[in-house]
Amino acid sequence: MTARATKSRSRAGRIGGVSGSIVKCICPRGVKTGYDWSVMAALEVEIWRGEGNDGSWRCYAVPHQANQTVLDVVTHVQRHIDPSLAYRFACRVGMCGSCAMTVNGRPRWTCRTHVSRVSRKGRLRISPLRNLPVIRDLAVDMAPFFEKWRDAEARFVPSPVPVEEPVRPGEPARKAADAGIECINCAICYAACDSVAWNPDYPGPAALNRLWTLVNDRRDGDQDGHLEAAGTGCHLCRSHQECAEVCPTNLNPTTAIAGLKREVFRRTLARPPWEGRQ
Amino acid sequence: MKEAWLFTVQRLSALVLAPLVLLHLGVILYAVRDGLSAEEILARTQGSQLWGVVYGLFVFAAAIHAPIGLRAVLREWVGWRGAGLDIAMGLFGLLLLALGLRALAAVL
Amino acid sequence: MRHGSWWAFLLHRLSGVALAVFLPFHFFVLGLAVERAALNDVLDWADNLWVKLAEAGLVVLLALHLTGGVRVLLLEFGRWSDRQQSRIALAGGLALLAGFGFLAAAFA
Repeated sequence: MTARATKSRSRAGRIGGVSGSIVKCICPRGVKTGYDWSVMAALEVEIWRGEGNDGSWRCYAVPHQANQTVLDVVTHVQRHIDPSLAYRFACRVGMCGSCAMTVNGRPRWTCRTHVSRVSRKGRLRISPLRNLPVIRDLAVDMAPFFEKWRDAEARFVPSPVPVEEPVRPGEPARKAADAGIECINCAICYAACDSVAWNPDYPGPAALNRLWTLVNDRRDGDQDGHLEAAGTGCHLCRSHQECAEVCPTNLNPTTAIAGLKREVFRRTLARPPWEGRQ
Repeated sequence: MKEAWLFTVQRLSALVLAPLVLLHLGVILYAVRDGLSAEEILARTQGSQLWGVVYGLFVFAAAIHAPIGLRAVLREWVGWRGAGLDIAMGLFGLLLLALGLRALAAVL
Repeated sequence: MRHGSWWAFLLHRLSGVALAVFLPFHFFVLGLAVERAALNDVLDWADNLWVKLAEAGLVVLLALHLTGGVRVLLLEFGRWSDRQQSRIALAGGLALLAGFGFLAAAFA
């Protein structure tokens, strides 16, 4: 095995969250696909195929078209080349957050990612999201992502007493909450985050970002519970800011988590352990 | 709760250490100008209460800060977790404290 | 997809680990000052180019960890700003400056 092949294997093992052997990509340019290759350039597409942790890269030739998205490419492979390819999508317009995959080493929402923007010399490498168990091919099991979200108490708890004072859009807390509410739960930040990879008990950027919006919501009745929950995990954020780099809706979870750290810091100092817990 | 405390103490010790490290860097640059000798170091430190207080605080803060940081690294990069790690880091902190106070006592 | 903040984190962490390993030795050697001769033996041993270079490295590590730590504190407790890249550059720059300052002072 050449050094290059070894290198790509380790890269694949890290980024895809899966391991296995890699075959050199020799795409079947000559295969019959029903397209006129003389007028259409071919994309060389490597896709991770396999179940669970076992799998390998397979190559497909896909015609390149104008304004083609990565999801279009994957769909083409399933419809015209190999119907057994497993992947997940729903809305196709960047709202539902279900089509996230690792594209050329970086987690992306494939329905809004143009091939022309991410392909390297006409090549694409598509694998499942990192940090989540692979079900098959490009489909990961999202359960751990949402279970951690639940365990982080990142859900709205209605205030037992009605909030009389109207929430104004311009007030600082509301602005802080507004900055984080456009999350589409795509788990792209979760896949990009090294702290998630390093700490099994780290809730991840998305859940903590949601927690921060709740802490800033006056209508929420369990601020203390939210901060208690935040205190068990938010310090594991190492401010790499990968989440902010990759977030498709341009949120900045690192800022949100920094806010949680500040509040946890204050809350911890406000109640020393020798005073006991309330 | 424990994690929140470790985090808080880590940041507090960092706030204490930041100005002290800056001072220490200044002292290093000043002290090495014409070579180090035991006499020169002791002349600076012996009998100085200010020196004792500042560097005593330094030793305490470092003995808290280093084990908590090392604990995070061992958890994340080595996968060592649980009570064994906490005990080892506690001992490391005590070792730093003991050696640090011994050094302080030696130069004062 | 490694970018500035990630490298800043890595430098901060690696320098922290190195300092945690160095600190017990540093304290131990200073503790020898009770007997001046013992400390002077170590200082004489350390009076050569290679040890001086290593010491300069330690000064750089200390400065790196300080500036990296200030970065974290600003990020977490300061008001957020997107001028991260310049802060990182500043941190590295100050650390290198301190190292060169040490070298210049040590050989002057």
